[in-house]
Amino acid sequence: MIRISRNLRVAILAGIGVCSMTGLGFAAVPLYRMFCEATGLNGTTQKGLRAPGSVGQKITIAFDSNVAKGIPWKFQPERRSDTIDIGGRDMAFFTATNTSDREVTGTATFNVTPVFVGKYFTKIQCFCFTQQTLKPGETVRMPVIFYVDPKILDDPDARDVQEITLSYTFYPSESQAVKDAAAKAH
Amino acid sequence: MTDIALHAHDDHAHHDADHKPGFFARWFMSTNHKDIGTLYLIFAIVAGIIGGSISGLMRAELMHPGIQYLPTWLSMLHGGEHSFDDAMHFWNVLITAHGLIMVFFMVMPAMIGGFGNWFVPIMIGAPDMAFPRMNNISFWLLIPAFLLLLLSPFVGIGAGTGWTVYAPLSTYGEPGPSVDMAILSLHLAGASSILGAINFITTIFNMRAPGMTLHKMPLFVWSVLITAFLLLLALPVLAAAITMLLTDRNFGTAFYDPQYGGDPVLYQHLFWFFGHPEVYIMILPGFGIVSQIIATFSRKPVFGYLGMAYAMVAIGLVGFVVWAHHMFTTGMSVTVKMYFTAATMVIAVPTGVKIFSWIATMWGGSISFKTPMVWAIGFIFMFTVGGVTGVVLANGGVDDYMQDTYYVVAHFHYVLSLGAVFSLFAGFYYWFPKMSGRMYNELLGQLHFWVFFIGVNVMFFPMHFLGLQGMPRRYPDYPDAYAHWNQVATIGYMIMAAGMVIFFVNIIWSLLAGRKAEGNPWGEGATTLEWTLSSPPPFHQFETLPVIEDHGHH
Repeated sequence: MIRISRNLRVAILAGIGVCSMTGLGFAAVPLYRMFCEATGLNGTTQKGLRAPGSVGQKITIAFDSNVAKGIPWKFQPERRSDTIDIGGRDMAFFTATNTSDREVTGTATFNVTPVFVGKYFTKIQCFCFTQQTLKPGETVRMPVIFYVDPKILDDPDARDVQEITLSYTFYPSESQAVKDAAAKAH
Repeated sequence: MTDIALHAHDDHAHHDADHKPGFFARWFMSTNHKDIGTLYLIFAIVAGIIGGSISGLMRAELMHPGIQYLPTWLSMLHGGEHSFDDAMHFWNVLITAHGLIMVFFMVMPAMIGGFGNWFVPIMIGAPDMAFPRMNNISFWLLIPAFLLLLLSPFVGIGAGTGWTVYAPLSTYGEPGPSVDMAILSLHLAGASSILGAINFITTIFNMRAPGMTLHKMPLFVWSVLITAFLLLLALPVLAAAITMLLTDRNFGTAFYDPQYGGDPVLYQHLFWFFGHPEVYIMILPGFGIVSQIIATFSRKPVFGYLGMAYAMVAIGLVGFVVWAHHMFTTGMSVTVKMYFTAATMVIAVPTGVKIFSWIATMWGGSISFKTPMVWAIGFIFMFTVGGVTGVVLANGGVDDYMQDTYYVVAHFHYVLSLGAVFSLFAGFYYWFPKMSGRMYNELLGQLHFWVFFIGVNVMFFPMHFLGLQGMPRRYPDYPDAYAHWNQVATIGYMIMAAGMVIFFVNIIWSLLAGRKAEGNPWGEGATTLEWTLSSPPPFHQFETLPVIEDHGHH
């Protein structure tokens, strides 16, 4: 029965196509994150090692802080905004307080607006790179060290940008979510 | 094009080709491509009546400013008094149901399941589809899918997410079982279409009659082949995207929740990576049908056959890299907008090739304006109008203003409600004698066309004005300034509905009392293989495979 095997072969190839597209659909989650990190899409910030040094123009950075549902923290920037040199290094502090009576671990997501300057906003060090664990009632000061890449001055899209908003949202980290679920079950 | 000659094929009435199984086995356990095609067409007509009635409710509510009927309808559906918010939510349920039903349960089953099943095997000279039982599963998966969607407003407040099911409205914006049921309905309908696509690809690649090379296949078969590939590559991405919606809703994941590091824009990317090919899935078989009809009734081979076939291939390919033109207002940079604007406009080139080739086919032909032909010409007109507004909307800068206005509604109804649906009616009248064995009533067919044509244009053309004046879509109410054209649009709906009554009268009359159709009622212009068979064709055709000869004059 040559015909059956030929048909099965085409059907199996098509089935492989379906499976790989399904896989691609799910793989889109990490791929999209990598793409955003590589291109600064949707205000994803960049990582760097050393600020290139001031080029003599100023820009204002506004700080915004949020907490997600399910994390019992107070989270605020120490200053509402900094006016800095483009290309120069700046350090800003955020404070977080655990208002509950248990230890809580959180992670911060971040972005900048306008979203198209994500590729110029470069962090040297940030509390958002790692998880943060706060004991009951504990308050910590957390630094972020960053600079704005002078290439922003050559981007026609960014010509009118005088202020960049750096925003963080703390959410319970995955291990914390598991602990919460376990606590609920007991 | 090549001429087609048949050998050894006049004896089908004399042996057991026409032994049909009993009623239950024939219609419920069917493996016959023609019977399954008939089931698909009946299903699509039923779904079309439901989806079309829902749009009637919507046009009734929109006829005048203010809220007229929504609270009453909600009370009729659920009993008792309801809050104003619930009544407004019911509007969202209506638009969602209308969109999903028309896309997944009317156009797709009719185009691919109905006409595809009926005529792809016959046109390539095959006895049946490659996997007849899988064909049966494809159809019967649609029934539970449709039931899930129809029952969803009875187990909760109804799915009011729009057909796009955007997060976060669909993740934590609408709790309750209704949206879950609608998502599962999409899963099942998607599985049905993927199985159907595998079946069509295998059939077209492996079961062509001797001499039927890919470059001799009728354009309708080409269109279904390309559509099947689009289904195969696009639907799994939708399945993945909506599976993640389900886990976000029910199992605590956060793929689309920015509070936990997800991104709702990712859902839009995934949805439109499916959604844009999806609109070509709905229109490509229509292109194929119209190509057959224009050639038949112009008594000429279609102009530029290879160009027509590869224009569809090009549309299919480019259709995968333009998706973000549905997302111009999600905060893209000007550069990204420029790419998606340019890529979108590229599609106008192969589409233009098709439009001009249809016109060139008619040029110098001896045209007879039978009902299928007027529908096909109507299709070309409507699709061109919708295509031109599409080129307008393709501009990222213009779309910033037009996004989610009635201009968009007018655009996609011109290409789908008028484009795809006109090609469906064209195909229905063209193949009705072949499928039923009886001629339709020509006068009623012409009348249906003109009433429907006037109705839909009166309904949808004013929506361009409303959109340009800034009326947003998806609202049941509007300021008085928009009252005039909304009233006109609703009158258009009434005219269109009258046209549909003529259609159903025509079907019933023709099935009961129509003149018996001969094998080829269309004369020498009809050169594809289905016209070499009796009307209706024998239960099993081509037990001896036809041989297609190349007469060599192109």
